Amino acid sequence: MTNLLRFRALDERDINKETFVEPWPEAGLTVADSPYDPQPSLRIEAGRVVELDGRLEADFDTLDTFIARYGIDLTVAPEAMALDSLQFAHMLADINIPRKTLLRLATGCTPAKLVDIMRHMNVLEMMNGLAKMRVRRVPANQAHVTNRRENPALLAADAAEAALRGFSEIETTVGVARAAPFNALAILVGAQTGRGGVMTQCAVEEALGLRLAMKGLTTYAETLSVYGTEQAFVDGDDSPWSKGFLASAYASRGVKVRFTSGTGSEALMGSAEQRSMLYLEARCLCVTRGAGSQGVQNGSISCIALPESLPGGVRAVLAENLMASMLGLEVASGNDALASHSAIRKSAKLMLQFIPGTDFIFSGYSAVPRRDNMFGGGNFDSDDLDDYAVLQRDMQIDGGTRSISEAEAAEIRRAGAQAIQAVYAELGFPTITDVEVEAAVVAHSSDDMPVRDIVPDLEAADAFLAGDRSVMDVVAALARRGFAQTAENLLTMGRQRLAGDYLQPAAIFDRDFVVKSAINDPNDYNGPGTGYRVSGARWDEIANIRQAKSPRDFIADRLGLPIDGLDPYGPAKRGGHTEVVVAIGPAFGRIITQTIGGIPHEEVLKAVLTGIAEEGLIGRIVRIWHSSDCAEIGHVGAQLSGSGIAIGIQSRGTSIIHRVDLARLNNLELFPQSPSMTVETYRAMGRNAARYAAKKITTPVPVTVDNWARLRLIVKTALLHRKETEEIRQLPPEALRFDWEPEV
Amino acid sequence: MPTYPLYSDPHADLHTASGRVLGEVTVAATVAGEITLDDLQIDKAALQAQAEIARQAGYDQLAQNLARAAELTVVPRAEIIDMYQQLRPGRSSHAELMALATRLEEVYAAPICGAFVREAAQVYLERNMLRRPPAF
Repeated sequence: MTNLLRFRALDERDINKETFVEPWPEAGLTVADSPYDPQPSLRIEAGRVVELDGRLEADFDTLDTFIARYGIDLTVAPEAMALDSLQFAHMLADINIPRKTLLRLATGCTPAKLVDIMRHMNVLEMMNGLAKMRVRRVPANQAHVTNRRENPALLAADAAEAALRGFSEIETTVGVARAAPFNALAILVGAQTGRGGVMTQCAVEEALGLRLAMKGLTTYAETLSVYGTEQAFVDGDDSPWSKGFLASAYASRGVKVRFTSGTGSEALMGSAEQRSMLYLEARCLCVTRGAGSQGVQNGSISCIALPESLPGGVRAVLAENLMASMLGLEVASGNDALASHSAIRKSAKLMLQFIPGTDFIFSGYSAVPRRDNMFGGGNFDSDDLDDYAVLQRDMQIDGGTRSISEAEAAEIRRAGAQAIQAVYAELGFPTITDVEVEAAVVAHSSDDMPVRDIVPDLEAADAFLAGDRSVMDVVAALARRGFAQTAENLLTMGRQRLAGDYLQPAAIFDRDFVVKSAINDPNDYNGPGTGYRVSGARWDEIANIRQAKSPRDFIADRLGLPIDGLDPYGPAKRGGHTEVVVAIGPAFGRIITQTIGGIPHEEVLKAVLTGIAEEGLIGRIVRIWHSSDCAEIGHVGAQLSGSGIAIGIQSRGTSIIHRVDLARLNNLELFPQSPSMTVETYRAMGRNAARYAAKKITTPVPVTVDNWARLRLIVKTALLHRKETEEIRQLPPEALRFDWEPEV
Repeated sequence: MPTYPLYSDPHADLHTASGRVLGEVTVAATVAGEITLDDLQIDKAALQAQAEIARQAGYDQLAQNLARAAELTVVPRAEIIDMYQQLRPGRSSHAELMALATRLEEVYAAPICGAFVREAAQVYLERNMLRRPPAF
């Protein structure tokens, strides 16, 4: 086989570390349309569902039964099921049809009907639909905070920083299950130090999760997993009824819940029943809504690589999010587990949720480095935070975070670590040393932390979980040690439980600790000029990333005093045939005195004149006043040159060798890469110009091409050119005397 | 009916299950040991109010969930976890689930939850999800 080197280069690319397979419906490996998927159908007799998506009541499994009883609004169903799926899809994409209309109709849809509607929509239409159907008006974001060593100081510092960065929720989990109470505690204390009202959770086994919430160590729960087939559901150790009861148990303590589902989980668990991933997800969502969960974490989640291995996988993941929001569910839309080796692919996938905005764009964003992320790596992590901030700024999109300074980060990280240190000391948990606190402030990852013996921590965690102490003891401990604000924030989260406001759909607490949910902040997007728009103080915050600086003094170091000994002596005239004209721009050597690359203009002139002299000719300097354009400067210079050859030099250093008979925009040699030019380049330019004048055979000057230079220096380039343009005068070319002789 | 958010509605009359009003739940009182975890227990009325708010906003299933939750506010923490465990697949016999339903209805005056458990018992029976003898 012919060995194509470009294919070898392609083979080496990150994208080719992924697995791509053809669909195989029998194994559940198809994303959106398995030939075994049922057609939508619903038959109601005497107020009872007797057929659901092609299956008769006698053959219902637990999911069918649950969906039939709780998951479909039978009063709306006849109208919704009779509505043509294509028309339904149109209504979803149409910004003029309000969210409320679709919410009502969607509640009457069977799972197969939801999938049938998605079948008609491309990703752009789905994004349009999602922007409209998102529950909360303002999108938000969730962070993941974990570390491989379960280090409490680092967890608290990371949670504090994530809270300050604007994340509305923070989720942790464990490497060792027994660490759960302490990890939950560390991020609770850290988060309430960073910003009061950030909600926190700890992903662990269901019953343990409920115990943590009841102790007040978590303020919401998310990983109430549901599956689209009965077997997978049972393997997940629940039924729709036990999940529904669990949701009520949490709510009975004033704790928010969000269920979790996602494409690919059933296939991964070996029980997809030949159905497509999207159809099974539609069943999950009908169960989720039926059980009374206010929302769902979906978008494939930890199974993301499976749909991504198949054609249309990323589209199907977006369809999941849209189906959930149609059902009125808050959506925490994935983008969490590591989804691709390729930075291009992972960023592109993100756009499907980032651009429309979801209730939580990530579920969540890894606020720690990949190695410390115990949720499957983190598709975006702490090293990508600046990239993410720039994406928000580029598109004027509220991605739920803000850029913070290093000083702000240090301060809040220290405060978070000190707060958990105080709690441990006050409650008699194993000591967190000052050394650990300071290490947590500066650490990149848990590798930068001193070794901590986890055994006493786990024993203390066991005792804490088993005993009577709770978040109230933590509040008291913080208060006694002087952490008044953190204590107050923790207690306010507790007091909020008495109101239950944050049990309503898509509830978060804003920066003023005020609840925002579907009840008091519903999404009202209906096209341009409506809904949430990034503006005012929030836009300023997004725009002012930590790297942004004022461009006003950007070129200050390129300006200076006029070159000594470079003096005008009247209008320029045409000279003799042994000369090369060196034509310079209006600002050259008088306002601007260095090239963009930092070469003093004086050195530029000396180099060019030396080069010309080396070939036995004379360089004559002329200032062009009427234009800052490089081609025009060179062109006019050539008209004045006795030999017909001129060099044109802009103040930023961009140069041209021109000849009198060439069109203005033509040239003998062009040197557009001014940042890469050296004194030697200018000298060679002088030599070549003289050789053209002497009609000698001439090899063009080799130039270094740096394609990144334009990218790096474009603002400076623009400002230098603006400065030169400011110096334009409607005057004829002016002869200049340079009080300097080349030594040749 | 109180207005949302209840937290900032003076007419919501929020108080803890032990009878304290919201304003009494302070850090100082916590430090003094006067406030316990039980003082963070939402009461039935507040959950019923949230259920009604959800229903009026069109979130019927959430409202049903909150109505179940309102019933469960009086069930002690440890027992509620046990109840959940009993409802997980393969944990209980049909009779045990029926007893759980009865307990919910008679001890805790929780008829919605009781019916929910009865319904589960019937489905578990039909779908072979009741407790079975160990496989090996």
